Amino acid sequence: MKNSKIKLMQGNEACVEGAIAAGMKFYGGYPITPSTEIAEFSAIKLPLVGGKFIQMEDEIAGIAAAIGGSLAGLKSMTATSGPGFSLKQENLGYAAIAEIPLVIVNVQRGGPSTGLPTAPAQADVMQAKWGTHGDHPTIALSPSSVKETFDLTVRAFNLAEKYRTPVIILTDEIVGHMREKIEIPDASELEIIDRKRPGNNEENYMPYRVREGELVPPMAAYGDGYRFHVTGLMHDETGFPSNSSENAEKLLDRLMEKIDNNLDDIIEYEEYMVEDAEIVVISYGSTARSAKSAIKQLRSQGIKVGLFRPITVWPFPEERVYELSQKVKSIVVAEMNLGQIVLEVERIVKGNCEIALVGKANGEVITPEEIVNKLKEVL
Amino acid sequence: MSRNNVDLRIKEELCKGCRICVEFCPKKVLIMKNEKVKIDDIEKCIKCGLCELRCPDYAIYLGGNDNEKQ
Amino acid sequence: MTSKLIKDYFRTDKLPHIWCPGCGHGIMMRSVAQAIHNLGLDKDKVCIVSGIGCSSRAPGYMDFNTLHTTHGRALAFATGVKLARPELEVMVITGDGDCAAIGGNHLIHAARRNINITTIVFNNNIYGMTGGQYSPTTPTNEFGTTAPYGNIDKSFDIPELAGAAGATYTARGTAYHAKQLTKIVENGIKNKGFSLIEGISICPTYYGRKNRKGSIVDMMNWLKDNALDIKVASKLPEEKVKGKFLIGEFKNVTEPEYTEEYMKIIERFQKER
Repeated sequence: MKNSKIKLMQGNEACVEGAIAAGMKFYGGYPITPSTEIAEFSAIKLPLVGGKFIQMEDEIAGIAAAIGGSLAGLKSMTATSGPGFSLKQENLGYAAIAEIPLVIVNVQRGGPSTGLPTAPAQADVMQAKWGTHGDHPTIALSPSSVKETFDLTVRAFNLAEKYRTPVIILTDEIVGHMREKIEIPDASELEIIDRKRPGNNEENYMPYRVREGELVPPMAAYGDGYRFHVTGLMHDETGFPSNSSENAEKLLDRLMEKIDNNLDDIIEYEEYMVEDAEIVVISYGSTARSAKSAIKQLRSQGIKVGLFRPITVWPFPEERVYELSQKVKSIVVAEMNLGQIVLEVERIVKGNCEIALVGKANGEVITPEEIVNKLKEVL
Repeated sequence: MSRNNVDLRIKEELCKGCRICVEFCPKKVLIMKNEKVKIDDIEKCIKCGLCELRCPDYAIYLGGNDNEKQ
Repeated sequence: MTSKLIKDYFRTDKLPHIWCPGCGHGIMMRSVAQAIHNLGLDKDKVCIVSGIGCSSRAPGYMDFNTLHTTHGRALAFATGVKLARPELEVMVITGDGDCAAIGGNHLIHAARRNINITTIVFNNNIYGMTGGQYSPTTPTNEFGTTAPYGNIDKSFDIPELAGAAGATYTARGTAYHAKQLTKIVENGIKNKGFSLIEGISICPTYYGRKNRKGSIVDMMNWLKDNALDIKVASKLPEEKVKGKFLIGEFKNVTEPEYTEEYMKIIERFQKER
């Protein structure tokens, strides 16, 4: 860790540090609380590394420009919060079907609508998966600390490039605005993944043909000499629109399978004291910090509770949650909404154990005490 | 540009029968037959290229040497 | 077997295109390709971006780097491509609904930035792809399927809108005046800044039928008889200009271009190193 730098910084700043470390060279966005610092830091940092920042006229244009930047060959990001995330949904779907590597940060705030702009929430979790119309693959990562925001931003870029898909960072106002000590690793310590490009002068390049043994089609950049077509319509391997239902099925299957067949590579979670736990709390993002604190309190009283923290929220760590449900008496889901991930947990657990929710959507954080109380109730 | 070596060509499968070329041909070289453009009297053609310029479907054009080298 | 221009600049295996018989879009798409040819641009360095609608199907047929985006957003995507890779000649082909309704915000802001993108609006005065609803350029009192009692909206003058917002080159042509359209597209591409060229198209299927504009040929003749070159118009008495619409170049000025200004910021830091 010779060249690492120890700093005190905000989650939103760590996000930009992580993005730059991952090779971000393009940012298109629009100011919105509580994500604005991501735009501000990107505006400062990008020209220093020869990258481009542009503040667009609205949220929709922000993600559109970022997709354009990615198609021109640059690793691209956009960031937003609640209302802006709603506005970005259509082009999020575009990036999914056109297989554009892209990182979208949503620093969640209280909703619906303008809601509570300066207060935290975790109520866009289902939106991250289902917000854009049509079936589509989703990867969403949820950091719980400033350091993890850095790490997950690097990871988000890597996943986006590897799987040619938009990756959402689902953070929240707490993690985005809190300041923590962070050790920024030296560039040499980071694994950075770049999109596969077609070989030199590859003849008959088809922008959506997966080469044998590969995960996704190689991606040329505009200007590289391939003159390919990209569309949000269903398209075949050539990239041109196709109305055939057979082709639509094939494309959609491939889009879903590139994620579904690689869950081990994509899914990440943290377990804390679950081995002998009778009750497991499932919590993510900033709320997982309160959950951990609650668990420490109860453990000191000899109560066997543990924490399961999905770091990859989508795809959800289904298999592991099912395993846990066979071992524990109950699962308590703590999240800053009126019950979203709890629905996913109920679906997975299939009645194997009791499920309870600590849900809150009034702009206040869920305290360790609230979780302790619920756990005692469940006991 | 010398037009000596070019001649009027029709790609019938692209013609959608809109009649624009027929109507705006200054020498009335063209006619419509079964909703497709046909050359009626090539002798009158002055190779002005207006039919090609205004064909929305790229079905009629001046082909030949000059055009190929364009 | 097609003309050299079509063979060289189009994806001929995608022809015939989807546009209706007599649609002016095919004529104007050819004019755009002719302009690119006349300027001798490298096809690999041209990127054509579109949104959604009849007009926006054009790039699929054109043999360049092409991007068919979401409704109204072509200019926002194009801005990303251009800023990321300024050496590309970025062009947008859009329609009246795509660019002046749902994409109106992107239009005025791309113009304001004076980013070097050449936008060609294929204006057919109607939403064609969805079957004939009134658009921001449907004249007042005319009809659309959603204006069954006559359109009470006022229509946009798109070049004037873009010019007022900061576009440094604005012009208008028509599907009838195809040669002149090629020339203004050339000039638009040559302008180092945001260029807006409106091409008045004809939509015989929806706009024409809904508004009793006659045959395809009648609609072409209407363009011929009602378009007045701005240079000619300036010498005519007012009564002869009345009721006509102007074509030609409206604005051609030089102002700082967005991507060049951004590169100056980057260079400042590279020098400091």
